Amino acid sequence: MWYFVLRRLLYAVPILLGVSLVVFLLMQMVPGDIIDIMIPPEAPKEVADMIRIQFGLDQPVHIQYLRWLKAILSGDLGISIFTNQPVADELFSALLNTLKIAIPAAILGFTMGVMLGSLAAFYGGSWLDKLFSGIAIAGVSLPHYWVGMVLVAIFAVSFNVLPGQGMGPDGFPWTWEHIKHLILPVITLSLIPMGVISRLVRANVLEIRSMEFVSALQAKGLKGPRVLLHIMKNAAPSALALMGLQFGYLLGGSILVETVFNWPGSGSLLNLAIFRRDIPVLSATILVLATIFVIINILVDVLQALIDPRIRR
Amino acid sequence: MVRRVPSGRSLVALTSALWMGTIAASVPSLAQGTLRIAMTATDVPTTTGAPNNGFEGVRFMGFTAFDALVNWDLSSADKPADITPGLAESWEQSKTDLTKWVFKLRQGVKFHDGTPFNADALIWNLDRSFNKDAKQFDPQASAINRGRPTYIADGGYKKIDDYTVELTTTRPISYFPYVLTTIFHVSPAAFEKAGSWAEFAKAPVGTGPFIARNFKPRISIDLDKNKDYWDKNRIPKVDKVVLFPMPEANTRLAALRSGQVDWIEVPPPDAIAGLKGAGFSVVTNSYPHVWPWVLNTLKEESPFRDVKVRQAINYCVDRDGLVTLLAGTAEPSVGFFKKTDPRFGNPKNAYKFDPAMSKKLLAEAGYGPNKPVKAKIMISTSGSGQMLPLPMNEFLQQSMKQCGFDISFEVVEWGTVLVNLRSVPTAPVAANSDALNISLVSSDVSMIVRWFYGANSTPAGSNWGHWKNPEFDATITKMESAASKDEFDRSVVKLHEMLVDEAPWLWVVHDANPRAMTKGVQGFISAQSWFQDLTRVSISK
Repeated sequence: MWYFVLRRLLYAVPILLGVSLVVFLLMQMVPGDIIDIMIPPEAPKEVADMIRIQFGLDQPVHIQYLRWLKAILSGDLGISIFTNQPVADELFSALLNTLKIAIPAAILGFTMGVMLGSLAAFYGGSWLDKLFSGIAIAGVSLPHYWVGMVLVAIFAVSFNVLPGQGMGPDGFPWTWEHIKHLILPVITLSLIPMGVISRLVRANVLEIRSMEFVSALQAKGLKGPRVLLHIMKNAAPSALALMGLQFGYLLGGSILVETVFNWPGSGSLLNLAIFRRDIPVLSATILVLATIFVIINILVDVLQALIDPRIRR
Repeated sequence: MVRRVPSGRSLVALTSALWMGTIAASVPSLAQGTLRIAMTATDVPTTTGAPNNGFEGVRFMGFTAFDALVNWDLSSADKPADITPGLAESWEQSKTDLTKWVFKLRQGVKFHDGTPFNADALIWNLDRSFNKDAKQFDPQASAINRGRPTYIADGGYKKIDDYTVELTTTRPISYFPYVLTTIFHVSPAAFEKAGSWAEFAKAPVGTGPFIARNFKPRISIDLDKNKDYWDKNRIPKVDKVVLFPMPEANTRLAALRSGQVDWIEVPPPDAIAGLKGAGFSVVTNSYPHVWPWVLNTLKEESPFRDVKVRQAINYCVDRDGLVTLLAGTAEPSVGFFKKTDPRFGNPKNAYKFDPAMSKKLLAEAGYGPNKPVKAKIMISTSGSGQMLPLPMNEFLQQSMKQCGFDISFEVVEWGTVLVNLRSVPTAPVAANSDALNISLVSSDVSMIVRWFYGANSTPAGSNWGHWKNPEFDATITKMESAASKDEFDRSVVKLHEMLVDEAPWLWVVHDANPRAMTKGVQGFISAQSWFQDLTRVSISK
């Protein structure tokens, strides 16, 4: 098992290097640089050049990249050119903000997805199946930023019972005021994982139910819940893989949902960094998000291997 | 066992109780005397006294927490805002050497940390932007402060006594006090204590009517009332202003309508009727903003090298229709200044929607039904002050077709427009475009020099279209060296008349700067300026 984990970790290295290289190169292809966007046109050239030198933007791209890589390896994520603040501070506060909605959204989305998917499969062909499948398809198909806006229009504007934007007050412990701010973004963010997982679980359960071992279990006289347990255990690995991917997406922060709810998470930070051409923020954010994504996938692989011994072979 | 199933009635009662409870618990809790404003900015503007995010940044993180030597008088809604003494109580241009100015500083002014503002503090602040060997030199602030031309000569400032300073300009600049209005001054002692500008940004110290505290990047900043502000007429009425960056228009709208903020900048035009109907105030007023197409006169094949084509396109804009499209949040623009402005003058061309006149001019320029004017315009999808660039430009494209203009667009994101603005209009970033749609400031004559002076052509300055006119440039020199106010005023009027008749830009609209607020917001005077005075505003519950 340890060999398996180590091998997966080693695979991650070229992936992360590739991601960082692509980000760096893409930013070079966009016209102009951050200085053009950050400072007014008539700023003296010598001042613009000083800022370029301060952030190493006067160097060739490969030198910039290698310097950045060296700093990253020593744990230094750099300084935001635009705000002059350490990237680590900006990034980790944004990630923490995203976690505040991503974790409840994942719990809600995964639970609802598994429930709706398995219920739809058990009531296959009935009106309940159609209803649950309809909900799942709506979850996947409706643009979630649009659903977010509709929820805001209903619950924040019309009924004025929930806030439509922002995170509310600072600090812990959380009060009802904090939780109120979570409700709409969490529901919005949970729709896609709910829909995707529900569809997969339904298909898997239907497929497994028709397998011979299920008939064998029933023939042996096993009761419904015990049979269900066996079916779910067989359906779990692929659902887990999908949950891992979906959780990775959620941690990346949804640029659209965070924009609608003015939520200062990693998606909105990424969006801001792209428009500002703030390379240190952008590169570090993407690298950290990619690392998280890879780690989650490794964890999921390990979990799958634990559940399903065939994978370990 | 009998299982009790809740009856329909009890379910309704339970649900209602839950809803009522939720409503009661979530009624917005308004702190006494707190005004909450949603800005259009993507972030809290830089807090170090050199605000970014354009003039919105200056509006909210400039004149609130800091002062300039010369401030804007924002006390009237009825006339274009003009300058007023700030940290300098008076100034005088030397009669013998027009590049020398003596500023008398206001005595008794203290920074928020209790240290005095005096000539030493002023020189220290100027060194921050102009002396790259000073330890407080701040490249970012320098770029912002000098990015709007200041005309201060190298080493062009010296202390005469504790409250008198002499400034020297690179050439005679009659409007020099105007260009000092966006250079703000901070406490040297607070910087020494902080040790760096990044640390200073967390607890900035200025002299302004508000004290910036509780800075949370990308989330909010508090501006607390400075009860010791030097201008006793401008001590804030509210205890606190909280600024929230909220770039998405619909999010701002929802925040206002759900009671999370009291004031939003730029509500979406199609929401204005609904806001008024729901009892919100929508405030609009003229302000010095122009939404033009800056016409490319450098590119060999650009049709806009011909003044007749430039005039023809100005006769082919249905400005009233556009204002209707914008739900009245703009006013027609037929020049750099508003038509009612005394500086507008009496140009020969009074532009209106006149396709016949437009066609006549195009015929004189060699165009006609079989030879339409083909032009590509670079426009952005959004951006600071850009209003609604996509529908507005599509409207123009439609209305211009009937005069013989075949308009196409190069649609780019805002950052590319900014890069283009500082480039030569034939550079690759211009994508072979014949005009650039970018909204610009028209607050005072310094802006005429900035956008139209031949010597300010890009990349040295901001005259993107490279329009050059020797007579115009000579009039600028005359205005800059004007010996009397009369001569200055006459030159400004002449400059403006030439801008209308020569039409280096397509004049489209002036934004009316809409902002929406709850009825509880009282005392706001919508000054005809990019900046606003928040000290007069009070809030009632």
